[in-house]
Amino acid sequence: MRDFDYEAPLQLAAAVDLLARHSGAARPLAGGTDLIDHVRTGRLSPDLIVDIKKIAELNVLAADATGLRLGAAVTCTQVAAHPAIIQNYAALADSAQIIGGVQIQNRASIGGNLCNSGPAADSTPSVIALGGRCVIARPKGMRELPAEEFCTGPGKNVLAPGELLVEIRFPAPPAHSGSHYRRFIPRNEMDIAVVGVAAAITLDSQKQKVTAARIALGAVAPKPLLATEAAAELVGRPLTDDVIAQAAAAARKIATPITDMRGTAEYRLHLVGVLVERVVRAAAARARGEAIDYKPGH
Amino acid sequence: MAKKRVVQTTINGDAVEFLCEPRQTLLEVLRDVLNLTGTKEGCANGNCGSCTVLMNGRPVTSCLVLGVEAEGAEIRTIEGVACGGHLDCVQQAFLEGAALQCGICTPGFIMQTEALLAENPQPTEEQVRFHLAGNLCRCTGYDKIVRAVLAAAEKKRANV
Repeated sequence: MRDFDYEAPLQLAAAVDLLARHSGAARPLAGGTDLIDHVRTGRLSPDLIVDIKKIAELNVLAADATGLRLGAAVTCTQVAAHPAIIQNYAALADSAQIIGGVQIQNRASIGGNLCNSGPAADSTPSVIALGGRCVIARPKGMRELPAEEFCTGPGKNVLAPGELLVEIRFPAPPAHSGSHYRRFIPRNEMDIAVVGVAAAITLDSQKQKVTAARIALGAVAPKPLLATEAAAELVGRPLTDDVIAQAAAAARKIATPITDMRGTAEYRLHLVGVLVERVVRAAAARARGEAIDYKPGH
Repeated sequence: MAKKRVVQTTINGDAVEFLCEPRQTLLEVLRDVLNLTGTKEGCANGNCGSCTVLMNGRPVTSCLVLGVEAEGAEIRTIEGVACGGHLDCVQQAFLEGAALQCGICTPGFIMQTEALLAENPQPTEEQVRFHLAGNLCRCTGYDKIVRAVLAAAEKKRANV
């Protein structure tokens, strides 16, 4: 592997300072499951690697009545096992347990998945559907933006040199809310999404009509998409087959997939519809307090 | 060249101090610096699980960990599994069940199994298969491995 220097600062300000001073030639290291491979293959060539795992702010994992704070270095294993996430932010737990295998989940973080900005990232649709906001540290203060605005293209995002994703903040879901993420892969596990869909649904007090919905799509555009038009088809309506089919049709309209070894564009468009329907039904079932019939890899 | 670092860690229960460059992975340090060659390199990109070791009790692919990240960590490798010259339950079950052919993937499978049984002493076949998804074997077809893991779990429970 190419030569680089290594620092593991304890303070957030020190990490931001290191990243800013090396202006683009430094890369933050969380789980390293993408970074170390990218350095080895020459796709990235940093002079300095800044290990951010010793910084308290990046390890925050706290849920209360105001919402969820998820530090950018918190591992998938921690996320998938966290009772409040399983209960109230289930789509995140769904994603965290299908990213790579157990070894990868013990290292990889949701923040890292977001910052690598792969179009097929399994956790980003969940982060978007759950209304995540990215908290970014910069040399002069902090900034915040909605997760759907974070990625800008394959492997690209809004982070400027010297900026560091610190945490993702999620609003507390209202009563009668549920969420789900599901992807299609031809295997049972250890694969990259052909299409991935996340949805977060809130029902009224009778658990009949949808009062709020967010749907996000992965692997069908240069970046994960918030499917605003698809979610709008659900709001104010009961979840009949027709209504769900209209949401699926609206989601298909904004998808602009490519053809590659994982599937043709036509196939992906078909999958968007199938997955939106299944994910919306599952998220709504969770909103009603029902267990869903879903096992990762099935 | 980046300066070598002194890293203090615990490996298989012993305090170990080693020198490494930041660019050396934990796998390279184990094999090339510490001469612990039981951990194997397969794909070197985190897909095959051959280089699985336990870091603070959790399995990781050591090809995707920097040696410098082992500072303060507890590492367990295949060399630390047998005790007093005796194979442990998992090793014995792999041997008796012929759950290996060429053997390159075996140390990784055994470490991954150790982690599974520590967490879940009575896994179902499906749980075993899901837990071992990050370990590839190109010889056995997995069936004998899965049966060996289930046999090891049963034997371990009987011994407790």
